[in-house]
Amino acid sequence: MSGSEVVIVGGGVTGLSAGWWLARSGVKVTVLDKFIVGWEASGRNGGGASHYSSPLFDEEQRLWPQMDDLLGYPTEHQKERILIAMTERQWEQYRFVAQRHQRLAHPVEVLDVKQVQEAVPLAGDNCFGGVHYKFGGHANPQRSVQAYAWALQDLGGTILQHSPVTGFDTAGGRVTAVKTAETTYGCDAVVVAAGPQIPQLMAQLGIDVPLAAARAEMIITEPAPMMPLGGVDGHKLYGRQTMRGNLAYGGGPHEWVDMDEGGPAARPSTPLARNLARRLAELLPKAAHLNVIRSWAGLIENSPDGRPIIDRLTSPDNVVVASMSSVGFGLSPASGHAIRDLVIDGKCSFADIDILKLSRFAGLGSDWRERRGWMPIA
Amino acid sequence: MELNFTGTDICAINGTRSPAEAFYDVVVVGAGPSGIAAALEAKQAGASVLLVDENPVSGALMGNDVPLYFGGRMTAATQNSERMLEAVFMSMPALELAMEAGVELLLGVTAWGVYRNGPGVQSLPEQVVGLADAKRSWLVGFGRIILATGARDLALSFPGWNQPGVMGAAALQMLLIRYSAFAGHRVLILGSHDLALETALLAIEHGVEVAGLVEVRPTPQGSGELVSKLAAAGIFVRCGTAIALAQAGINGIEAATLTSGEIIACDTICTAVGLIPSIELVDAMHGPLELDGQRGGYVPRGEANVSAVGLCAGLAGSGFDHVQYRMDWVRTLAEVCSPETIICQCEEVTRADLLGVQPPNYLARPPAMCARSLGTLLHDGPANQDQIKRLTRAGMGVCQGRRCRDQVAMLLALEAGQPFGTIPLASHRAPVRPLPMKILADWNEPAEMEAAWDVWFGIPTQWVPVEDVGTPYEDAHRAMLYTGMYE
Repeated sequence: MSGSEVVIVGGGVTGLSAGWWLARSGVKVTVLDKFIVGWEASGRNGGGASHYSSPLFDEEQRLWPQMDDLLGYPTEHQKERILIAMTERQWEQYRFVAQRHQRLAHPVEVLDVKQVQEAVPLAGDNCFGGVHYKFGGHANPQRSVQAYAWALQDLGGTILQHSPVTGFDTAGGRVTAVKTAETTYGCDAVVVAAGPQIPQLMAQLGIDVPLAAARAEMIITEPAPMMPLGGVDGHKLYGRQTMRGNLAYGGGPHEWVDMDEGGPAARPSTPLARNLARRLAELLPKAAHLNVIRSWAGLIENSPDGRPIIDRLTSPDNVVVASMSSVGFGLSPASGHAIRDLVIDGKCSFADIDILKLSRFAGLGSDWRERRGWMPIA
Repeated sequence: MELNFTGTDICAINGTRSPAEAFYDVVVVGAGPSGIAAALEAKQAGASVLLVDENPVSGALMGNDVPLYFGGRMTAATQNSERMLEAVFMSMPALELAMEAGVELLLGVTAWGVYRNGPGVQSLPEQVVGLADAKRSWLVGFGRIILATGARDLALSFPGWNQPGVMGAAALQMLLIRYSAFAGHRVLILGSHDLALETALLAIEHGVEVAGLVEVRPTPQGSGELVSKLAAAGIFVRCGTAIALAQAGINGIEAATLTSGEIIACDTICTAVGLIPSIELVDAMHGPLELDGQRGGYVPRGEANVSAVGLCAGLAGSGFDHVQYRMDWVRTLAEVCSPETIICQCEEVTRADLLGVQPPNYLARPPAMCARSLGTLLHDGPANQDQIKRLTRAGMGVCQGRRCRDQVAMLLALEAGQPFGTIPLASHRAPVRPLPMKILADWNEPAEMEAAWDVWFGIPTQWVPVEDVGTPYEDAHRAMLYTGMYE
């Protein structure tokens, strides 16, 4: 494939990582984004990087500690995580997960309240205990997305922002070009990694991709004193302490929405910020006096089983479709590698990702969202 | 693996939200003269009316220059909330009239967010405004909301502007008129348009010594009548010069050095170059805005149920282009002040790092990073201040960009060689005032919220480890973790 041209539709973290991996293999890459790189869910998420349920987990873990060096730009990657249980039920659940990690020889340690507070001084006496993952971690989504974009450019790739894709040219069972309103970009292969807009784009190729979009929200506080370990989850919240000290947290009910034709035009946050603030004040009671200074929302897509779709189609046979089903940021170093392998070799070199094939949804029926209860509020 | 096709998503937001605690036909935010007038008018037309005003704000917030650019020049009296409540109430006799007319008045109550259904959200039972006092937050439903939030100061950066004693004109006026709590004695005023001239006259009226006014343009910019009044009091505008340095000692500002070389003793430097309509709530609710240089910048366009009155709706047009005037100030200061001058006080971002789109100092700057700049970013397409904010952290601090948002926007425009407004202003987000987590928190949420709460989407198959799929562990995992489990 060296010297050939790949067009990537969508400058989110998955598309950019794929582009970076392809550029590292000498492929000429063009990324088309409707607005600015990482502007949607890729740049507004919890930054977690510990996805042990994924077939891409081992590769995610192998790559993150190297990403700053590989990309040449800072990602703010930090190692390890702690889950803090705030109820008896959570304590039971988290220890169940710890046992599961022990079974697979992932390094974990179950912590008592005192040990939790040593690692997480903002935690209180109100917790039941914690589970320390001595793997995984977190990074800064906004900085990491830009790092991928810049690293891709440094390898000769092109990023075209403010360039929404309008359609494709096909010939002989292949996509031969990707079109925007002004320009047609000839290509040897295409990666469609446009998040919640994948269904609209793929429909133009006659391919059904079952994805539904929903809004989720986060809050962020002013900086707190730096804790020994910033990747703190629990109490049904996800989040992290940033390297600046801010606490950025999300979780809670989502709202299914319909996508506008041009993508997510509005991402309004709601009073859910109050419910988030309450739980964060319970999880980290010694931070309860800190000011919340922002809240924000993002739109993310999910597949019917919540697992990613990473697949190279059979017809047209030069298209890879990639949706991470709402869990894309942390897995991005590995998802990009997998996509690179599918584009160049037709097969993922480092993991069995058959479970992520689009074909698992064959025969699902067009009313799956209704049947799943994933419809917008009428 | 079977999927849950029950037709119901138990982790969706539907029907889980807290109801509003009260409903008013009209809520007015801001109890200045225009807010009081709007509240009275609505009341007289038969509406139920709630009038809220965040003053007196807490001493802690004032210390962070929220909502106005106080520059640490408040007296200790501002720590006494009861005394301040009385001072604020007494400073506005019309408040009593409004109360007598039946307007419900809440002082010391901040409106931190306005929420309604629209594109991307349909789950709100009604449109609400989020309110908070020193103890708690709550939601109030409304038919119509009138924003009378006034205007805040344009802050300008120069060496020493982060020292106590550098403040804004709106903050100085607020401390003099409503709080009676200004701690300075001798003030140098930057600017010479009407805002600066009026501030100088007000200071004199309140027994504060005015050391003079400073103007980068060659002539005084405001009304000749006001300039003469000041001259009669022996106060003059130094034209064609700018501040180069604010010198500070242990109690803050002690003197200002002008580009002319003159050194002026003063304990306060008051930036009176511009007022910015306080559009935070409108922007945070995605209300329509328009840029109007004659009215002080971005102003609300107005909607059927959301209107703005007073300075929040824009400064009175007088043919004077405020934006061009500010740009002259920012350009001059950028020329005379070192690139190492701090632009964002909260995050300590220098002008060099802002325009170089460099990360904060706690991150490494490898060679590739150092080679990046606003210029390389512009090469990728039109820039966006939010994107630059995320990279540099300029505007991401606890003051929520109040001190730097507008000057950052102007510096980016100058560096890009584009007119102001080409690069969109960094967005405002709720809560538009910093609110302690325990106060923002909803401690009375309905049981439905907790029942629907999951760390993520509550899709059990999403988190079953791939190695366990199709094994007995899969069922165990789903039974244990559905719902309400991270990862």
